[in-house]
Amino acid sequence: MGHSERDLNENPVALIDKQTLVKKFLSVLSTESVKYETEDLTPFECDGLSAYPQIPMIVVLPENEDQVCQVMRICHQYKAPIVFRGAGTGLSGGAIPYDQGVLLVLSKLKRITHIDPVGRYAVVQPGVRNAAISEATKIHELYYAPDPSSQIACSIGGNVAENSGGVHCLKYGLTVNNILKVRFVTIEGDIVEIGSEGLDSPGYDLLALVTGSEGLLGVVTEVTVKLLPTPEKAQAIMASFDDVEKAGRAVADIIAAGIIPAGLEMMDKKAINAVEQFIGAGYPMDAAAMLLCESDGSSEEVASEIQKTTEVLNKAGATEITISSDETHRLKLWAGRKSAFPAVGRVLPDYFCMDGTIPRKTLPDVLKRIAAMEDQFQLQCANVFHAGDGNLHPLIMFDANEGDQLHRAELYGAAILELCVEVGGTITGEHGVGIEKINQMCIQFDNQEIQTFLNLKRAFDPDGRLNPGKAIPTLNRCAEFGHMHVHRGEERFPDIPRF
Amino acid sequence: MRTNETVIDRFKSQIIDAKKQSTCVRIRGGGSKDFYGVNLEGEIVDTNEFTGITEYEPTELVLTARSGTPLKEIEQTLNENNQMLPFEPPHMGTKATFGGCIASGFSGPRRASQGAVRDFVLGARILNADAVDLQFGGKVMKNVAGFDVSRLLAGSFGTLGLILESSVKVLPKPEMERTVLFDLDIQSALEKMNTLAGSPIPLSATCFDGNQLAVRLSGSEIGVIAAHKKIGGEVSEGASYWQSIKEQTHPFFGSEGCLYRLSVNPTAPINRYTDALIEWNGSTRWVWNNGTLAEHQDFANEHGGHATVFRGNQLGNPISSISPALQVLQQKIKNSMDPDGIFGKNRLFAEF
Ligand SMILES: Cc1cc2nc3c(=O)[nH]c(=O)nc-3n(C[C@H](O)[C@H](O)[C@H](O)COP(=O)(O)OP(=O)(O)OC[C@H]3O[C@@H](n4cnc5c(N)ncnc54)[C@H](O)[C@@H]3O)c2cc1C
Repeated sequence: MGHSERDLNENPVALIDKQTLVKKFLSVLSTESVKYETEDLTPFECDGLSAYPQIPMIVVLPENEDQVCQVMRICHQYKAPIVFRGAGTGLSGGAIPYDQGVLLVLSKLKRITHIDPVGRYAVVQPGVRNAAISEATKIHELYYAPDPSSQIACSIGGNVAENSGGVHCLKYGLTVNNILKVRFVTIEGDIVEIGSEGLDSPGYDLLALVTGSEGLLGVVTEVTVKLLPTPEKAQAIMASFDDVEKAGRAVADIIAAGIIPAGLEMMDKKAINAVEQFIGAGYPMDAAAMLLCESDGSSEEVASEIQKTTEVLNKAGATEITISSDETHRLKLWAGRKSAFPAVGRVLPDYFCMDGTIPRKTLPDVLKRIAAMEDQFQLQCANVFHAGDGNLHPLIMFDANEGDQLHRAELYGAAILELCVEVGGTITGEHGVGIEKINQMCIQFDNQEIQTFLNLKRAFDPDGRLNPGKAIPTLNRCAEFGHMHVHRGEERFPDIPRF
Repeated sequence: MRTNETVIDRFKSQIIDAKKQSTCVRIRGGGSKDFYGVNLEGEIVDTNEFTGITEYEPTELVLTARSGTPLKEIEQTLNENNQMLPFEPPHMGTKATFGGCIASGFSGPRRASQGAVRDFVLGARILNADAVDLQFGGKVMKNVAGFDVSRLLAGSFGTLGLILESSVKVLPKPEMERTVLFDLDIQSALEKMNTLAGSPIPLSATCFDGNQLAVRLSGSEIGVIAAHKKIGGEVSEGASYWQSIKEQTHPFFGSEGCLYRLSVNPTAPINRYTDALIEWNGSTRWVWNNGTLAEHQDFANEHGGHATVFRGNQLGNPISSISPALQVLQQKIKNSMDPDGIFGKNRLFAEF
């Protein structure tokens, strides 16, 4: 956080002749697939992180893999920086364009190429929406497990680039655990197949490296995803607590009882109220916190797990327990959780969604300290939490048009991220570093560790032209940030240029 | 017994010496996976003295241990807390260490349903090629800060750095396991594996060993019994059977020559591999001899996967073949982490 000004010196870029590039692109793409007039570029100025818009020089929307390769080759030849974009729902600014570069948008590659119900996998183009996969495989009683709350909009290519999770990843894993293979185009425009239709591949696990690499290593042009049999039944429990700490302890008790629920989510009072006013999911407005806990499997398994979980929750001091009565009711309970971000967005015009992960046992302490910061920064913060995984989503609410609220929100966010590192956690569990958390990378990692990342980046992209200025900070930036960081808390002089 | 700090100092000086003298080192725990690889080169860096579980809280579902910790000790500790390593790692002998388990990346019967070593690695502390102590990933369930170096180390066979410590996600042991057998020929067994894997049942392992199809169900008692009713099959003693598959002590593995692992699309045809042992719901086929690596690779290529020489490789020969484009990327990764080629020269690839 604290990223209002982006450091352009970080990536020395030769001035690129826009006209030449446009002409080159038009020689391989259709007219509608190349955008270069300001009015056509504006819709692409930001992703899900709206605070730092930037107009790209050119936007290209290739229609197939071959065109992607050609675009990559042209950019390579003219040394043009490239930012990739899927659906633009990313929350860390990963798809924010570069003003002197090309934005390569994958949204026209949206075909589900192949579904193999017997082999239990689907081959899809990167622009396919996450939810579209499970919709298409439903007739085979199969589904794709990772389900980010943005699943009706976000693309599978973006999911791979961010290693996205969802509310079911405690039991079913993240994107990295649910894909078999990707086709990947390098900066030189070459196609590489990584992974296989089998389970393990020889050599280094490039699939693990590419997953979560935030568009820094190359562009994903095809993904082979694993499909799982749809569980016979799923049922959700909603449990209210009069105290956040009690809810936190209940989470540990569930795990201690040997239960790995299909989903285990927590929301605090502010989040509950925002959601309830937004869609009326039937959440307990008077509770200090609530847990949503899902069991899935055969009817027998679900019945026994629901019973066990209910016992644990009662013992842990739940004040009210509701068990979903049917599929409509269950989906309604989840709809509330899945609309938490937009619901909070209704309370005030802007919000920052933090994404730290912490050891679960530190939850009560961390929540207390986040709440205490509300006074310090004079802003409100609602908490949504993938409790089972220890992945926090504090939502800092502000109005960017009001005084220095944006600035205070940035400082608040930075303080939360640093708190997560302090208690042994990480600055990002699933949303990625992007530009948003790039300074905090310098806190989580030391220079030598960052150098290792930079070396890996260089192996794929020697001149740093893929998604410049994102995800991995330069050592210079860390030096500058370290310097500022020492002085934080003292008077700040926001008007003095820092770089 | 030396302290952990002095052991790390020894590791460091061995790495630095190798760098100075342009030689290489071979990181070794119990040596239980020495049979695997293109070649075994370099002075041994022995991790056996670097032991101990450094952090384990069952309710966090995370365990962190030093690389020389015996794998047995880790499994015992987890077992006392009714938990397990979900990837069911093969020991391949009595001396397997935790570091070797991560570095080899070998997974057991639960692989197809739960995942591989790499799926459960959360973080790693390593010495890099300059003997600098670095930390990647973490001790939490989800972490996407920086490239996923700790997963990249899983299966790297000590060729990218020396793993000092790893953190892994662990899981509760299932309340009940039941193994059932079906008398089927190889073709029907393969079909049944794929059918079962596509059904919503608590399937945790499948294996066709030439005689029968063995299917393991794991989960809550009520769930396992319900699933057994649904799929049928004759109940059999499971624990020692799966142990023999995992550790390759089953008679199938008693042959001589070259043991190949074909990792392919689970629906790939039996083809000429009528005497294969099939695991992981059809996606892994073990075969003895019956052709060259190139021939097996042709078959695997055609069916979306790869062939690897698992045992009996002639020293110096490649154990796998990958596309030239992929090979280039593999080498770039090696160069970026170990530019002087100090770690495990030619263990994974004949070229580096
Ligand atoms: C309301 C809301 C809820 C959300 N809930 C969740 C959640 O529960 N869990 C979660 O993990 N995330 C969540 N997100 C974040 C976001 O949806 C995910 O990060 C998602 O994976 C981004 O996909 P996208 O297609 O929108 O990617 P974009 O935003 O377009 O891009 C994201 C990054 O991926 C890169 N990229 C995109 N496509 C490719 C490609 N084909 N090849 C290489 N790089 C590429 C971009 O350069 C960028 O760095 C949420 C976002 C919103 C707005």
